[in-house]
Amino acid sequence: MELLGLYYYWVFAALLMIGFYAVIAKLNLIKKLIGLSLFQAAVFLLYITMGKVEGGTAPIFTSDNADRLFSNPLPQVLILTAIVVGISTTSLGLGIVIRIKEEYGTIEENEIQEIDRQ
Amino acid sequence: MTVIFGVFLLTLLVITAIAIVQARNLFVSVMLSGIFSLLLAANFFLLDAADVALTEAAIGAGISTVLLLGALVLTADSERAPSTNRLVALIVVVTTMLVLIYATFEKPRFGDPFAPVHQHVAPWYLDKTREAIDIPNVVTAVLGSFRGYDTLGEVFVVFTAGIGVLFLLGARSGEYAQQGPIDSAQPGGLRHYLIPRVVGRLLMPFILLFGFYVQFHGDYGPGGGFQAGAIVAAAVILYALLEGEDRALRVMPRGLLTGLIAGGALIYGAVGLAGIFLGGNFLDYSVLSSDPVKGQHLGILLIEAGVGITVTGVLLSIFHAFAARDKF
Repeated sequence: MELLGLYYYWVFAALLMIGFYAVIAKLNLIKKLIGLSLFQAAVFLLYITMGKVEGGTAPIFTSDNADRLFSNPLPQVLILTAIVVGISTTSLGLGIVIRIKEEYGTIEENEIQEIDRQ
Repeated sequence: MTVIFGVFLLTLLVITAIAIVQARNLFVSVMLSGIFSLLLAANFFLLDAADVALTEAAIGAGISTVLLLGALVLTADSERAPSTNRLVALIVVVTTMLVLIYATFEKPRFGDPFAPVHQHVAPWYLDKTREAIDIPNVVTAVLGSFRGYDTLGEVFVVFTAGIGVLFLLGARSGEYAQQGPIDSAQPGGLRHYLIPRVVGRLLMPFILLFGFYVQFHGDYGPGGGFQAGAIVAAAVILYALLEGEDRALRVMPRGLLTGLIAGGALIYGAVGLAGIFLGGNFLDYSVLSSDPVKGQHLGILLIEAGVGITVTGVLLSIFHAFAARDKF
């Protein structure tokens, strides 16, 4: 049980690093962006995990849960807005990738660098 | 039982993430990332974050998959060369992961009610929501009123990203935006497939209705402008995919979308300024009505509407910017 309490954090670390691996090891720019959104999703998971209270419930008052324990609403607010901002910035990244494809004819990082060197 | 389910979902999450990075075919990666988002949304739900789960399901599994597919059409559908520095990258990544895991042994256990994160402002928000704002959903209260400044900032980030995509991709789209009669001989979208079209048409009004429900019920249950904006945008994108972008642009022309992007942000800002002119602080809704609690309700309703309008406008504009690029 003691170790199970840390499992969420380990999944966070694993997801963060899987996303980071895609960013540094993959040459395809779209793959890098997908990796970046995995990295981002890992951070979301960490925040929401920290907000959870054992035996708590979602922070919405109803007529019969006034004496219940509630999970922390603050990380939820931060992540709620961050998800929408995340998709907007990812789209901006995709827009840049599309322009790169139009100018260079490729979205592989090594080929772009080769064209730049000429 | 919930714990076992949570562990199961988390393990699936890691497996999906590895598969996303491993797949050489980008189409497979994108589809898997849709599944990843859905699993993540289920996890959020188990962690008591209903609002976040709704957002992740609408944005991650819906909109972002469509946008990534749109980008794939314009670029490439598979990776070419395998990277040369994979071993170095793997060593860096595994080392960092071990350091992170080592660091977690110092962290408070999962669900610990005495963790530092629960000791600071969170109890204050939970206490004050009922007397100061009097709406059941604390997440909406914090988002709309207590931390209204932060949300205004987020809306402007979404606004800026939307404008950025339009600048990058909209430059040459003017000559293609002609509004001539729709040529039925060249059907766009899935117009000639009967079953998706019929099913899609049946679903669309309900998706829109659900979007508006999420928008206006956000004070009482999970929901709000961010989620509703994404759901409404998803409904219109579904229409565009089924009937062709030209018909979708007839329903919501580009000018209207640009208006929505700016209009939503302006509504939010105007509510803030109205607070100043009525003798309060910026984004202080209590002065909007003679009864402070009623003022809070009105303010939250207006700014949530602003958020929803901007998010819808931005997501649809991005979709159309990608779709119009296809015609070059």
